[in-house]
Amino acid sequence: MLYGYGGNILRIDLTTGSITTEPTDPKLAEKFLGGRGFGIYFLFTEMPRGADPLGPDNLLIFSPGPLSGTLVPGAGKLDIACKSPLTGGYAGSNVGGILTAEIKYAGYDSIILKGKAPKPVYIFIDNDKVEIRDASDLWGKGSLETEKILKDRLGEEFQIATIGPGGENGVKYACITTDYGRQAGRGGVGTVMGSKNVKAVAVRGNKSIPVADVQAFRRAARAMYKACKDSPGLQVWQRYGTAGVTVWSNEIGAFPTRNFSSGQLEGFENLSGEVMREKIVITDKGCFGCPSPCGKWSHVKKYGVRVEGPEYESTALLGGDCALTDIEDVAYANYLADDLGLDSISAGNVIAFAMECYERGILTDKDTDGIKLTFGNAEAVFAMLKKIAYKEGIGAVLAEGVKHASQVFNKGSEVFAIQAKGMEFSGYESHNAPSMLLSYMTCDVGAHHNRSWAITYDIQTGRDTVTPDKAERVIYLQHVRPLFDALGACRLQWVELSLDLNLYVPTIAALTGLERSWDDLLKVSERIWNLTRLFWFREVPGFGRAWDMPPARFYKEPVVSGPTKGKVMALEDVERLLDMYYEKRGWDANGRPSPQKLEELGLTEFAAAV
Amino acid sequence: MHLRADSSKCCGCRACQVACSLANFGENNPKKARLAIHPHFPDPGVFEVRTCTQCGTCAEVCPVDAIPVDKKGVYDIDPEKCIACMACVEACPEGVIFVHPDREAPFKCIRCGQCVAHCGMSVLWIE
Repeated sequence: MLYGYGGNILRIDLTTGSITTEPTDPKLAEKFLGGRGFGIYFLFTEMPRGADPLGPDNLLIFSPGPLSGTLVPGAGKLDIACKSPLTGGYAGSNVGGILTAEIKYAGYDSIILKGKAPKPVYIFIDNDKVEIRDASDLWGKGSLETEKILKDRLGEEFQIATIGPGGENGVKYACITTDYGRQAGRGGVGTVMGSKNVKAVAVRGNKSIPVADVQAFRRAARAMYKACKDSPGLQVWQRYGTAGVTVWSNEIGAFPTRNFSSGQLEGFENLSGEVMREKIVITDKGCFGCPSPCGKWSHVKKYGVRVEGPEYESTALLGGDCALTDIEDVAYANYLADDLGLDSISAGNVIAFAMECYERGILTDKDTDGIKLTFGNAEAVFAMLKKIAYKEGIGAVLAEGVKHASQVFNKGSEVFAIQAKGMEFSGYESHNAPSMLLSYMTCDVGAHHNRSWAITYDIQTGRDTVTPDKAERVIYLQHVRPLFDALGACRLQWVELSLDLNLYVPTIAALTGLERSWDDLLKVSERIWNLTRLFWFREVPGFGRAWDMPPARFYKEPVVSGPTKGKVMALEDVERLLDMYYEKRGWDANGRPSPQKLEELGLTEFAAAV
Repeated sequence: MHLRADSSKCCGCRACQVACSLANFGENNPKKARLAIHPHFPDPGVFEVRTCTQCGTCAEVCPVDAIPVDKKGVYDIDPEKCIACMACVEACPEGVIFVHPDREAPFKCIRCGQCVAHCGMSVLWIE
C-alpha cells in the first residue's frame, strides 16, 4: 500500500482515444515525491526529445502531491507540467483550489495527456470511469462560463479545469483556470491544452487517501492547524491575502511600475488591500484545507462582474506595470484575463511593454488600430487583452510574448522587454534587489517569483551588496519553496504564518509511513531542480548561461523614480551573481550540472539522454 | 447544544470535513464528512455551511428506531439496526444526513467538535 497517494497514474492518448492506468511506482514516489517531481519525471522520460510544444508529442501532466487533499494546512496545490510554448523549455505551473484534492480522491497521482483530439473535447473523470467527451458546444466560450456550464451539467461536486479563447487560439501564455478564478498561469500550460483540443477536465472522486498511522497523523495535523490559528500573522493575511503586499511593495520600491522603469506607482494607495477589501471583496475563498485564504471573491460594481482577486501579482502587472490606479479597473482587467484564459502576469507585462513602445513612438496609432496605448489608460488595457486573446492586429504579435514582440518591433526594445528565458517577469522590480534578480534569472520556468522569493533577504542584508550568501540564499529558497510544489501543498503557511517546517516531518511520516528528514526532502527537491535544468539543455539548442541573463534595463537604465530612484545593477555584478550561483550549485560556467553533482543526485542515467 | 456555523465567514476549504472523516471513520475523505459546504459561485459568491441541529426529525421518521438519542441530546445512527431505507436522509430539514457508496447506513454529526478545532476561519462552534 502506497500511503498518502492516490495510487495510480492515468494516461490518456487523445489521438487514439486510449485510456490506461497503472499503479504508482513506490520507487518513483521515494525519488521524486509527486507534484512537480512527477511532472518533470514523466515529461523527461516520456516526451520525445525535441517535441514541438504545440504538437501532439508534447505532454500535459496534472500531478497532485502526497499532501494534496489531506488534513494539512494548504494541502490544495496541483502541478501542471509540459514543454513550454512560451520558452521552449520546462513549464511547471502551480495552481490551488480544490481540483488537486479531487484528483487524489479519484485515485490518481498524475494524469498524463498526450496526442491531439480530432475535435474539441473535455476529459470526464468520475473515479475509475474516464471518458473523452465532445466539447464542440463549449469551444469559444470563456473559462468561467465553461466551468459554470459543466458544473450545472455534471454536478457541483465535480472540480473543473478549463481554458478560454486565449488557450484555443494559441496565445503563448494562456492559462488553465479552476474554481472560477485560480490559475495555472505561467508558461503556456493552457496553450498546450488548447493545442490538444481539450477545453476542460472535469473530475470527481470519493475514495479515501490511505493514511499509514491515522492517530499519529491526526495529532500531527492538529498541531499544524493549531500553530496556524495561533499565528500573529493570521488575521491580517485572512483579511487581505496577497493584496496586503501591495503597499509594502510600493514603500520599498519593488512594485513594477511603467514596465519596470520604477518601483513605486503614484496613487498606489488606491490599490491597497484595505481599499480592495472595502470596495469590492465579498467573500474569502480558500484553496483546499487552507486556514489563511489569499483568495478573495470580489464584486466589481463598476463593471458588473464577479472575479476572484485581484491577487497581488495581477495588481502588480495589470495595475502598477500598466499604471492603473483604480482597484475596480484592475479587477475588471483581471476578470477579462481570467475569462479570456490569459496569464494575468505575462499579459500585464506584455501590455506594459507595448505601452512603453507606444510612448516612445516605436508603435503608432496605425499599429494599435487607433488605441491610445498610454500608461494609465484602463480602456486600452481592456482592449489589448481582447486583441491578444483573439490575435487581432497587433495582438497577434503580443500573443507570442514580450521577447518575440521585441524582436518584431526591434528599435532597441529588447532592452526593456522584461523577461528571462522568454518568460515575462512577475511582480517584483529588481534593479535594487540582487537576490531577487538572481531568483528571476535562474528560476527553472523563466522569470517567476514562486521558486525563490528573496527580496526580503535583500532588505535584511543590504540591497546594494553582491555577496556569495545571496546566491546561497536563492539556492536554499529554490529547494524549500518548490519542495511544497512536489508535496502538493502551499508554502504560504510557512512564509506568511511562520509555520515551523519541522511540523511537516512527523505529519509526512504519519501519512506515508516513511520517516524522512527535512534535509532528505530538500535533497529530493535539489534532484528535481537539476532534472528541470537537464530538460532545458536537452530541449533548447545552445542553452546555457545567456539564457540566465536578465534584460539590459536592469544593468543599463537606472530606476526613474520612487524610493530606489537612480539605482541600477552593474553588469559585472550580474555576471558575478551567476558565477557564485553556478559554483555553489555544482554547475559549470555555462550553467550545466557537473557529472559529480548528477551522480550525487542519482541523475546520471538522465544525463545520458541530454 | 449543537454544532453551529456562520456561513459568511466560510472560505470553502473543507478542512472541517477531512477532520470529521478522520475522527469518525479513521479515513482521510471529505466525502464521508458529517457537515456540508455548498459553494454558490460565481453568483452570488458565498459558501453555505449546513450543520446538524440535533432536532431529532431523523429519529422520528426512522421506521426501525435505529437513531437513539444520548443523555447530551446527540442523535446517532446505529448501522447495525439501520435498514438503509433513507427516510432520515429525505426528512432531514438541513440536508445533513449523508451517504457514501462504501457504507450501507447513512451517517450524521455526533457533535465531536473536530471540525471546530480545524477551522481556521472561526466559522464553527458548539452552543
